[in-house]
Amino acid sequence: MAEIKAKFHLTWPGFDLDVDLELPGRGVTALFGHSGSGKTTLLRCIAGLERTPHGRMSLNGEVWQRDDFWVPTHKRSLAYVFQEASLFPHLSVMGNLRYGMRRIVGNHKFSLEQAIELLGIGHLLERKPDRLSGGERQRVAIARALAVNPRLLLMDEPLAALDLKRKQEILPYLERLHDELEIPVLYVSHSPDEVARLADYIVAMEDGRAVAQGPLLETLARLDLPFQLGEDAGVVLDAVVGERDERWHLARVDFDGGSLWTRDQGLETGRRVRVRVLARDVSLSTQEQGNTSIQNILPGRVDAIAGDHHPGLALVRVFVGSSALVARMTQRAVATLGVSPGQMVWLQVKSVALME
Amino acid sequence: MHLSDSDLQAIWLTIRLASIVTLILLLVGTPIAWWLARTKAWWKGPIGAVVALPLVLPPSVLGFYLLLGMGPNGPVGHLTEALGIGLLPFTFWGLVVASVFYSLPFMVQPLQSAFESIGERPLEAAATLRASPLDAFFTVALPLAWPGFLSASILTFAHTVGEFGVVLMIGGNIPGETRVASVQIYDHVEALEYMQAHNLAAVMLVFSFVVLLSIYAWRPTPKRGV
Repeated sequence: MAEIKAKFHLTWPGFDLDVDLELPGRGVTALFGHSGSGKTTLLRCIAGLERTPHGRMSLNGEVWQRDDFWVPTHKRSLAYVFQEASLFPHLSVMGNLRYGMRRIVGNHKFSLEQAIELLGIGHLLERKPDRLSGGERQRVAIARALAVNPRLLLMDEPLAALDLKRKQEILPYLERLHDELEIPVLYVSHSPDEVARLADYIVAMEDGRAVAQGPLLETLARLDLPFQLGEDAGVVLDAVVGERDERWHLARVDFDGGSLWTRDQGLETGRRVRVRVLARDVSLSTQEQGNTSIQNILPGRVDAIAGDHHPGLALVRVFVGSSALVARMTQRAVATLGVSPGQMVWLQVKSVALME
Repeated sequence: MHLSDSDLQAIWLTIRLASIVTLILLLVGTPIAWWLARTKAWWKGPIGAVVALPLVLPPSVLGFYLLLGMGPNGPVGHLTEALGIGLLPFTFWGLVVASVFYSLPFMVQPLQSAFESIGERPLEAAATLRASPLDAFFTVALPLAWPGFLSASILTFAHTVGEFGVVLMIGGNIPGETRVASVQIYDHVEALEYMQAHNLAAVMLVFSFVVLLSIYAWRPTPKRGV
């Protein structure tokens, strides 16, 4: 299988990075962690912007670094999107887009037109970067990166410098990238929301080390994660829009083992979506409840119980069919209800977030 | 206002000297400034100090050492004689060499701070877009640092025009060869030709003011990375 192998050891005053990773050669891998956890440094090592002695880095068998062997950044078939767009201020948007494209040889498979279309920047081409909004700049930076037709796309918190509104403006474009790109993407983020929307695979970083990694859906459903998501603990489900109820403006999404009703966001039936269900929005009952405002009630079987980030709280993983959901409740509720593995329960899901 | 032929000759010589020195320093000073702006080597400090020395040294001290170095017993003198160029002191090219040293900081320091203010990021971005370091220097660093090049060149030119002590030590006072405008004024005063001194001095004063005005009043806004 195509893949990325990265092994780096780097010591700076007050910080060291020590990772040995094998990452999938397709899809979006999130490097997730708090600031200072070393995720940006790792990305810079992979790009060759940071030089580490004795590091190793290869992409699909092509070695970029091994012991004394070193391929400089400009000879690596990668593209990098920085936290701040870092456009060249002396060049127009078009000049920026052409800068990298002119320097690659051969294969222009991912053409400039595609990049412009994908990021929706066709109307900005003549402008100078200082005449663009923050969100537009970042879209141009992403298009500029794609225009070099890279074999690996590295993105360092491309949304972190933007306000919420601009984030909302760019996220749909990133989701399109996720659907249409065939190359692997390494996406650095500290935002559980971005990770839930975009990632297929997650590497959690802490103090310069990778403390957990795995496919996103599986990993988020783990109760023994060595990192705390706190209020953001929850699962992501792959689902399909099954039905739209025009009268009540609701849409039913079907996942493996059940379905959930949610606000209709205008997505057509049959569309593949991701559904994020936070643990704090799921409650549990040992009997089927009637007369409740909660419309999503799912039968399931308790799989495991674990402590949460507060000693009074517990996380309970319940399988609904073959999909795992996680519910948060107090330890007292676990004891009073006598929740135990194997037990049949009803989950009440108060709200879900639909992501394209 | 009347300028004599020898005044005009001195002005022309001054302009020629300052232009040549500015051109040479653009070529020599740019790599030095680039290196100083980006190196993390410990000898950045000592090299930076040597470059800055002409700012504080009396021109006569600098001129004295250059005279010894380029003279018949100095290492540069041996070299130039071996190459068949002859000795440099009291020639126009000797003046050029001395002025290059004397004006070095006026080229290097503005360039260094222009390069420093660009920062690493645009160059890193260029590297991720397949630009080799040399390519990135010409296509990113140079265009972004051009206001720095402009003010460094103007300062170097103006400073060379205004030099006096080093010229006296190295060049002497040979009409058409080493007698530049500042020396010509000195000659006029020595000869009590106050009127002629006035005229030439006024030309120098206006010139210097216009040069500085061009730097201070018209200061291009540095483009920042966005």
